[in-house]
Amino acid sequence: MTAPTAERTTRRSGVPRKRRDDTRLALLFIFPATIGLVAFYFWPLVRGIWLSFTSWDLLSAAEFVGLQNYERMLVDPIFWNAVQVTLYYVVVNISVQTAAALLIALLMQRLAQSTMVRSLILAPYLVSNVVAALVFLWILDFQLGIGNQVLEWLGLGRVGFFTTEEWAIPTIALINVWRHMGYTALLIFAGLQAIPGNLYEAAKVDGASETRTFFGITLPLLRPILGLVLIISVIGSFQVFDTVSVTTDGGPVNASRVLQVYIYQNAFAQFDFGYAAALSVALLIILMIVTFFQYRITRAGQTDLN
Amino acid sequence: MTGPSRSAGRRRRGLAGVALATAAAAGLAGCGGGPASTPGSTAIDYWLWDSVQLPGYTKCANAFEAENPDIDVRITQYGWDDYWSKLTASFVAESGPDVFTNHVSKYPEFVQRGVLLPLESLEATASVDPAEFQPGLAEIWQGPDGSQYGMPKDFDTVGLFYDQATLDEAGLAQADLQDLTWNPDDGGTFEELLARLTVDANGIRGDEPGFDPDNVEVYGLASGGSGGYNGQTQWSWLVGSTGWTFNNQDTWGNEYNFDDPRFKDTMEWYFGLVDKGFLPPFGIVGANPNASQQVGAGTAALAADGSWMIRVYNGLEGVDMGITKVPAGPSGKPSSMYNGLGDSISAQSENPEDAARWVHFLGSDKCQVIIGKEGTVFPARPAGTEAAMETFEAQGIDPTAFTDLVENDNTLLFPVTDHGATITSIMQPVMDELYIGTEDVSVLDEINSKVNALFE
Repeated sequence: MTAPTAERTTRRSGVPRKRRDDTRLALLFIFPATIGLVAFYFWPLVRGIWLSFTSWDLLSAAEFVGLQNYERMLVDPIFWNAVQVTLYYVVVNISVQTAAALLIALLMQRLAQSTMVRSLILAPYLVSNVVAALVFLWILDFQLGIGNQVLEWLGLGRVGFFTTEEWAIPTIALINVWRHMGYTALLIFAGLQAIPGNLYEAAKVDGASETRTFFGITLPLLRPILGLVLIISVIGSFQVFDTVSVTTDGGPVNASRVLQVYIYQNAFAQFDFGYAAALSVALLIILMIVTFFQYRITRAGQTDLN
Repeated sequence: MTGPSRSAGRRRRGLAGVALATAAAAGLAGCGGGPASTPGSTAIDYWLWDSVQLPGYTKCANAFEAENPDIDVRITQYGWDDYWSKLTASFVAESGPDVFTNHVSKYPEFVQRGVLLPLESLEATASVDPAEFQPGLAEIWQGPDGSQYGMPKDFDTVGLFYDQATLDEAGLAQADLQDLTWNPDDGGTFEELLARLTVDANGIRGDEPGFDPDNVEVYGLASGGSGGYNGQTQWSWLVGSTGWTFNNQDTWGNEYNFDDPRFKDTMEWYFGLVDKGFLPPFGIVGANPNASQQVGAGTAALAADGSWMIRVYNGLEGVDMGITKVPAGPSGKPSSMYNGLGDSISAQSENPEDAARWVHFLGSDKCQVIIGKEGTVFPARPAGTEAAMETFEAQGIDPTAFTDLVENDNTLLFPVTDHGATITSIMQPVMDELYIGTEDVSVLDEINSKVNALFE
């Protein structure tokens, strides 16, 4: 990663051409999408932030309470536990997922040329989250699960994947790795395709080893794509909900009570929508900070290809 | 009848449950609502959560419509979990049912939010006479203002289910299960029974030398989870027999007694069964175990469960079901949680007077005898209870282990207080910790103050 920052080469055509003003047409094209964006994202966002300053139980009118929800949040041990649990999940999920996806992408590029094999890799992604979680819930069931049967045959003994505090988060994180790695691999694979072949030829001529080529050419040139993939998958990872809701519902005790589950339980089990909204704002802030740093560190907006 | 604890079984039953619900929904669409309604009639929407009871209430609705051709009752059934979120969402959207099956753990919050109509404000239900129902059932539906917010439907108590074959293998007879005693110090004859029924992987029983509590094949007592804040089928029948009660008063108390030494001792004994090898550990059964499945699979010998489960246990394949009464405790008497469902009328109903006519019918001998004959639950009116008893007896089931408790007043009321949902969120993780063994019962002092602080 040695791109001099001064060399900001955005592709600009030398002579400014006189172009037709497309603004109206562009606005027309983005109009349908904007309706959805405003109605289902911006408006709920604004309303959610407003709700976080209120006490509201759905049935009676919302009452303005100022910063009370935030004060309560800062001293709520379950909130801080949820932040830790979520971070733990994200770290396990993203590190394994990205490593596995990178490996799969390289294999796809170098070995698996057949479209059939390449599309099979995407298959887990086509399974819905809830179905994937349910299937693994059965496979990994302590008593009946085939996964545990196999472990017993192997002499390793049964593992309480969803019923012990130490296994709950790693198990859930790995289920989601299984589901998402194919998709992530596909994104990285697209990035790999964009690296010019002549660089590899040059490396070969120079007698560089496979490892050297990977760290000297592939990885640096893949950086913008990897950065983008990381930003997208980290945001998705922070929002983990369905897998937890289906398998452990936050338990055992609080071991897998991730932020989204805690938000949901406050809102829809206890009807404390004000507090749930405040928790959601906290998640928003965490995501903004994480994304900002990721963007800066990976310099995802720039490429070294020029 | 079903408590929150019953819903706990749902996750493990996931797929079967979905299939059942779908089948029920399909059946409903087939026979019930929609275009079949008579023109000019008023539609009354009625919701319930128990699919097993759907056929009975469909019969009730048909009988009611025959008497009242101007009303068309449309029944909808949702599983326990969806039921409450859908109900709340429908209140917000003002598209909820006119009448719905209500639970005592939920209705206080509805009363506080003013979404229920007091029954006495409507003509058909103006006078609900508590004496017409089994004792205490009408009272649990009376709000702090004295208004009646639910028409008693049915009641439930807890008993011990077992498979006759496991008893034979242990060399025990039915007589050994009569007049059991229990106390939190040495567990009494009940603990001796559990020890006898527990078998480890080497075939050694829990009361024999060389028993290995870490390698158990058949547990003496099936697990229903940690029980949350009410322990309906898990520990309420134990702690109730010490004379302990949940609150400072029968209904609408504003203090919980989770810091009482009797409660703490009982929890210590109950969750201590895990170390003794008589109760499956949390790590094996998870947070939402289903006791009937453990008896059905032969991994547990005895299960404490609610009267609403009679049909389920009786239907277990290869199980010759037996029922016995819960043990008598330090108070000298047995005890069971006593709870009942009710039918409530939504304040948003457009036809509250017609809704009240339906509720009146639901609470009448006519409907409750129909429900009783189905043999699913014990209806709240004595005539309905009688009909249920007859149905059970005709099937060769002796339900007196459940009904005696009510007749002899050996009951502990389900806690009826405000803040049910928040109390659950406080108590559930702590009770799970006690079950897992990562926390000691002394934590209950702090937790109890946290719960009681909600009422300040």
